[in-house]
Amino acid sequence: MTASTETDRPGVGEQASVRPAMSRKAEELDRTWYSPSGFFGWFTQVNHRMIGKRFIITSFIFFLMAGIESLLLRTQLAVPENSFLTPDHFNQLFTMHGSTMMFFFAVPMMEGLGIYVVPLMIGTRDMAFPRLNAFGYYVYLIAGVTLYAAGFLGHAPDGGWFAYVPLTLTQYSPGLGLDFWATMITFIEISALVAAVELIVTIFKQRAPGMSLNRMPLFVWAMLVTMFMIVFAMPPLMVGSVMLALDRTVSTHFFMTSGGGEPLLWQHLFWFFGHPEVYIILVPALGVISSIVVTFARRPIFGYTAMVLSVVAIGFVAFGLWVHHMFTTGLPTLGVSFFTAASVMIAVPSGVQIFCWIATLWGAKLRFATPLLFVLGFFFIFVLGGLTGVMVASVPFDTQVHDTYFLVAHFHYVLIGGAVFPVFGAIYYWFPKVFGCMLNETAGKWSFVLMFVGFNMSFFPMHQLGLQGMPRRVYTYLSESGWFELSLLATIGAYVFALGVLVTAVDALLSFLRKPDAPDNPWGGDTLEWATSSPPPNYNFEDIPVVRGRWALWERGEEPAGTVVGLRSGRREVLVTTLLDAEPHAVAILPGPTIWPFLSAVAVAAGFLGFIRHPIWFPIGLLLTFVGFVGWLWPRAVGGSAEEEQAR
Amino acid sequence: MNQGAWNPGRSGGARCRVKRVVLPIFVLLFGGCSGVQDATNPMSPQAQMLANLWWAMCIVATLILLAVMVALLTGVWRSRGRRGEAPLNRRQSRNLVLAGGVILPAIVLPIVLISSVSIHRELSAEPPENALTVEVIGRRWWWEIRYLDEQDRAVAVTANEIHIPVGRPVKFLLKSRDVIHSFWVPNLSGKMDLIPGQTNVAWLTADRTGEFRGQCAEFCGIQHANMAFWVVAEPSEVFSNWLARERAPAVEPADPVLARGLQVFLSSPCVLCHSIRGTAALGRVAPDLTHLASRRTLAAGTLPNTRGNLAGWILDPQHVKPGNKMPPVNYDAESLHPLLSYLESLK
Repeated sequence: MTASTETDRPGVGEQASVRPAMSRKAEELDRTWYSPSGFFGWFTQVNHRMIGKRFIITSFIFFLMAGIESLLLRTQLAVPENSFLTPDHFNQLFTMHGSTMMFFFAVPMMEGLGIYVVPLMIGTRDMAFPRLNAFGYYVYLIAGVTLYAAGFLGHAPDGGWFAYVPLTLTQYSPGLGLDFWATMITFIEISALVAAVELIVTIFKQRAPGMSLNRMPLFVWAMLVTMFMIVFAMPPLMVGSVMLALDRTVSTHFFMTSGGGEPLLWQHLFWFFGHPEVYIILVPALGVISSIVVTFARRPIFGYTAMVLSVVAIGFVAFGLWVHHMFTTGLPTLGVSFFTAASVMIAVPSGVQIFCWIATLWGAKLRFATPLLFVLGFFFIFVLGGLTGVMVASVPFDTQVHDTYFLVAHFHYVLIGGAVFPVFGAIYYWFPKVFGCMLNETAGKWSFVLMFVGFNMSFFPMHQLGLQGMPRRVYTYLSESGWFELSLLATIGAYVFALGVLVTAVDALLSFLRKPDAPDNPWGGDTLEWATSSPPPNYNFEDIPVVRGRWALWERGEEPAGTVVGLRSGRREVLVTTLLDAEPHAVAILPGPTIWPFLSAVAVAAGFLGFIRHPIWFPIGLLLTFVGFVGWLWPRAVGGSAEEEQAR
Repeated sequence: MNQGAWNPGRSGGARCRVKRVVLPIFVLLFGGCSGVQDATNPMSPQAQMLANLWWAMCIVATLILLAVMVALLTGVWRSRGRRGEAPLNRRQSRNLVLAGGVILPAIVLPIVLISSVSIHRELSAEPPENALTVEVIGRRWWWEIRYLDEQDRAVAVTANEIHIPVGRPVKFLLKSRDVIHSFWVPNLSGKMDLIPGQTNVAWLTADRTGEFRGQCAEFCGIQHANMAFWVVAEPSEVFSNWLARERAPAVEPADPVLARGLQVFLSSPCVLCHSIRGTAALGRVAPDLTHLASRRTLAAGTLPNTRGNLAGWILDPQHVKPGNKMPPVNYDAESLHPLLSYLESLK
């Protein structure tokens, strides 16, 4: 159960004597799984760790952008009748803040964690469809950069991240901003769906031998549930945003009342996606919490089965809640009561998990490092947000606080508490694994304290503001409203929170100057990613491990762990195992680096963006994408050496 | 610049700045200041029920939050690695999870559900027969208010100010001519959306006289923030007099200055959008001005209705509410003052 020491590292210590025989294999593996470098090489990389790292870094940059937007918004609201921002800019900024946080930070960040960590955790060399993985990243990058570029060029969307019709139809929002928004939101969902399919197949078919479903780490379970939710939640949004784009560009009448359309249809489609979206962000974070709790309590989690069932239950119930965003639209009483019942039900699986974690932490020999602090912060913030969530599930109470600052407080408690704090915990937890050096503990503690204090200072007063009648999405308020003091407090809190984020960001940047010297398993974790070096080699594991129990590294015992033999090192081979019991049953050969995913992503993007100008771009984009996919799938001889692989 | 737009009339909410700054948590838990746009200061049986529901849920939630935090902190406190501190065994863990994760929600959630559904049934019941019917039409960014008679004909049309009799139920027919808005007067009731293509119904009964502020609660575009209105609850005789006055067309001005003002009005672009009943101005796009001077605010609750604000609003409406639909109109002093005098005479 103890942390691995320096001696576990290749070529060091007493095991060095057995290394030379192995290192030929390692060298060959290294050549086989090599990622091209350099500017052009960057566009051809497909290894999951490269793509995962890109997702994490890119989404963190978007998080900082959206954070800056929120600071501008809070500055405008610090005092009544402020003229810091024009109403136009304010509306654009809160639209971009919401859209960025939901589509360009939270989901890609979780996907990035999944793409990076899951293959390591389940003991495989790469994901099932490496090129698709790369394709998903380019789609995400192009969508985000395009939306921001359009915004800086004066075409920022201003209809809110929820883009309610008819306000967002051409009649009321004539500019190009919403066209960009509607097409780029459709576009980025491709990226989410691609990652979801990819992770589901990888988790089901590539687990190390012995890692049956009931031995899978909770983080992997959380990712699996999340990815299934993405598969079912994103298509309704894509349908909705395509309909919106069509209404705007070719004058269909899906939503326009005068043409027989129905404005509420958009709300149903949007929230049928939008509510599961909240859990798509939360559930992976629950997995992160489980990982950190287990590692820092240094004992197995209590109630593994209950935890898994809770996560699965959340995944199902999440799809029966969407109408609670529409309680004030005048829907029939009986119908909405069903959604109240479903909404409060979510409290049960959440509560079970909370108390399982508490039971695990209770009396354990805790290691009070930064990741655990973020988890403890999560407990307070998330439970508070969950309790106000039960309140707003009540239809009559919701009619008072819906679309007020009470709601703003509620969902920031849930999302910052339930996602951002765990993500920061995850950053401190996995940073040594990903980048090979530890983050500074002192900086981490400061960052946590500033974020925790700033967060509560900013968002707790908003509960009261909402009850005192302050609606959301207002760019100003009158000085007689009595909202000034609490608004100012919220603004100060936002800056304190931002300072906390800045500490971590700067520390992460500075760490690149340090020598990578992190041990393989700095926290004494139980999962397989800690069994390889920090950062892991191109091929992840020299030998694919065999798993003997639920807490893979803790149950190895005295005897040496078994490993998989028979995988060729000269080509990109991964072991395929059975779905339930993870028994070996095939070998899959994965494709290597290529430029085609990038070109295909550009082709798809051309179709989507061109469509804003003229519908003819739809067939053009289709044709270009077809060409891209032909190049991508062009048959090549399999096998051969790594040199040949690279020559292709 | 808007001094008084919040509190133009006689009633008022006490403000307690110090309490708000020093003890926001205390205020949240134990009651805030009584404001005129405040869900915790209910002035109707409907809002009272919602406020009671809030306080009940708030107390229960606070207790649960404290309980979970005590459990967590106790657990963590016992994790310092001292002697005698041991992890929970299986049975203790199971009991903790059952108590906190299953039994507690199994008790609390049905209570929340049942009280919520029963309050909802009561609030969404059919309005009583004797209810006064008021049609509220959301426009960007103001409120068209139409009082209907038994045959659903509009007997009086006004804007951004709703007078209601105390003690008599009032039924609101909520419609929209453009985008989705939401009708919300926190002191009197929860909100209900105004959605194009459908008519939503809300009703309430004001308990006490007073003036309460309402505001659009669904984002509706650039001036969503300045789309407010006032509800004036008054004794029924006062209300009847007000409605009678409101039904009447504008009086033909006898005073030459006022007559000149009417002439200015009729010969300027105002008439394209506004109407003044009893004159040739019949525009239907913008607020009815027949009794403009009797209203408390201008520009949908943005400015107190004073001569200076009226002049500023007419000459440069885009400064007060950037992006709103009213174009600026230039008048020289000889035209402006009679116009203002005339508009101010429209009691």
